[in-house]
Amino acid sequence: MTITKSYVAKSVEQMRPSGIRKFFDLAATMDGVVSLGVGEPDFVTSWSVREAAINSLERGFTSYTANAGLIELRQEIARYMSDRFHVHYSPKEEIIVTVGASQALDIAIRAITDPGDEIIVVEPCFVSYAPLVELAGGRAVTIGTTGDTGFKLQPEQLEAAITDKTKAILLCYPNNPTGTQLDRDDLEAIAEMVKKYDLLVIADEIYAELAYDQAHTSIASLEGMRGRTILINGFSKGFAMTGWRLGFTCAPEEISSAMLKIHQYAMMCASTPAQYAALEALQHGMGDVESMKKDYRQRRNYMVQSFKEIGLDCHLPGGAFYVFPSIQSTGLTSEQFAEKLLLEEKVAVVPGSVFGAGGEGYIRCSYASSMSQLQEAVKRISRFIENNTK
Amino acid sequence: MKLNEKEVEILEILQKDARFEAADIAKMIGLSETEVADTIRRLEEEKVIVHYATLVDWAKMDNYTGVTAMIDVKVTPKRGVGFDEVAERIYRFKEVSSVYLMSGVYDLSVTVEGKSMNEIARFVSEKLSTLDSVVSTTTHFQLKKYKHDGMIYTAKREDNRIVVSP
Ligand SMILES: Cc1ncc(COP(=O)(O)O)c(C=O)c1O
Repeated sequence: MTITKSYVAKSVEQMRPSGIRKFFDLAATMDGVVSLGVGEPDFVTSWSVREAAINSLERGFTSYTANAGLIELRQEIARYMSDRFHVHYSPKEEIIVTVGASQALDIAIRAITDPGDEIIVVEPCFVSYAPLVELAGGRAVTIGTTGDTGFKLQPEQLEAAITDKTKAILLCYPNNPTGTQLDRDDLEAIAEMVKKYDLLVIADEIYAELAYDQAHTSIASLEGMRGRTILINGFSKGFAMTGWRLGFTCAPEEISSAMLKIHQYAMMCASTPAQYAALEALQHGMGDVESMKKDYRQRRNYMVQSFKEIGLDCHLPGGAFYVFPSIQSTGLTSEQFAEKLLLEEKVAVVPGSVFGAGGEGYIRCSYASSMSQLQEAVKRISRFIENNTK
Repeated sequence: MKLNEKEVEILEILQKDARFEAADIAKMIGLSETEVADTIRRLEEEKVIVHYATLVDWAKMDNYTGVTAMIDVKVTPKRGVGFDEVAERIYRFKEVSSVYLMSGVYDLSVTVEGKSMNEIARFVSEKLSTLDSVVSTTTHFQLKKYKHDGMIYTAKREDNRIVVSP
């Protein structure tokens, strides 16, 4: 019998394909592309960390770990979170080791979302938030932050988006794609609103290690927030471990056990060699993190200053490894700009519009590339702007 | 000499790659180009920046015969001048590319470069061991250079990342 229907679920059919895909397809066919489109570190995971994983394999540690992850690793995560961000979680009950921050986001969202619940998503943001909310049966309510506030979420904006269906708000600082970081005062103001309306925060702090101007403040460390925060963090960015697929959640016991239920059925546990690598990274890898951070900071300064000289408005981002200059002066949309730049000068950037509301008129430029690549990219973009200014 | 944060940062950048231009360093650390250029000039004058050179992999050259030896030297220090006098007598030879005073079983670590093993052997027996304060020498010839001053000679920088990712 012939197949007469599509077996794909409606909810999946309706999902938008990621706008990043299009640029990937285009750029991947071209030679000599300088890419500022990469959302992961250019550093290779440090040798001591790789060596720890090799060692674990040599010793035959190839079985499952506890669902929530190796207890030694959870203990190290607890110590690390408390040393670095002054938040305190019990390794046994409140920490889950996940397959990247990506899966951490998934279990966090699914654990709290009932059909019809609204989750506020602050855009421009990482592309997976709204689709994950919708897959969980919730409704993603988006707020667009804007360039004139340096893409900082304003408490009034948040208040205006809250309804009686609002369950939680998803925050990401330092932010992908804008690089924006919130300082303590900004966070306090948001926390007040969260408490006033009795909401939960899912805080994606995957870039917390990469905060350049002052130490990162975790929203969970603020008065009265620990009980209403699910912290998402991981090893991909700060520790340059994207391919290992390792992240974690920290949340109060009730929510953690709910997330663990999903995690144990959907994932069983994170990869064992990766967990041994992460253990080494936390125990002996902070020096490497610091040295990468120093390089990123110099590159950030270089990029912001270069865009200013080129004549593109660009706020100084406090963290992550992205700058988000405005291209409005060119009269092009961000997608037109990105496509034209790729075709004319072979520089890949990501149009701000793919990151949601507020992103139009901007491009995301990753500086997770060597200085020589950045210098070349700046040269080409500068020429491109000259050729495209009327 | 007290160095401030920016001076240290400039030194770190130049130590990784001496060809960075003042204009780019200026952007990287948030100073003006003139400030960076002035700072570099001052650090050169103060001999904090000693020299700029190029790291060459001579093994790439066909028929290259040069050899490098590292020699452990035991000496008797002299009253009043300690090891400095004999160190100076050694480092003045142009064949000598480095001299370090070491802790441990010997005193000076001397690197010597020559055109052939014979040349180095002659230098050790005729010039080095004959010095008054030198008690003994142990010569080790380098067979292959893998990594020098933080640089891996054969390292290929491959970027395996996908060109555009979220
Ligand atoms: C904001 C943000 N959250 C989560 C992730 C996913 O990270 P992981 O590799 O840990 O799954 C990324 C990766 O690009 C990101 O930028």
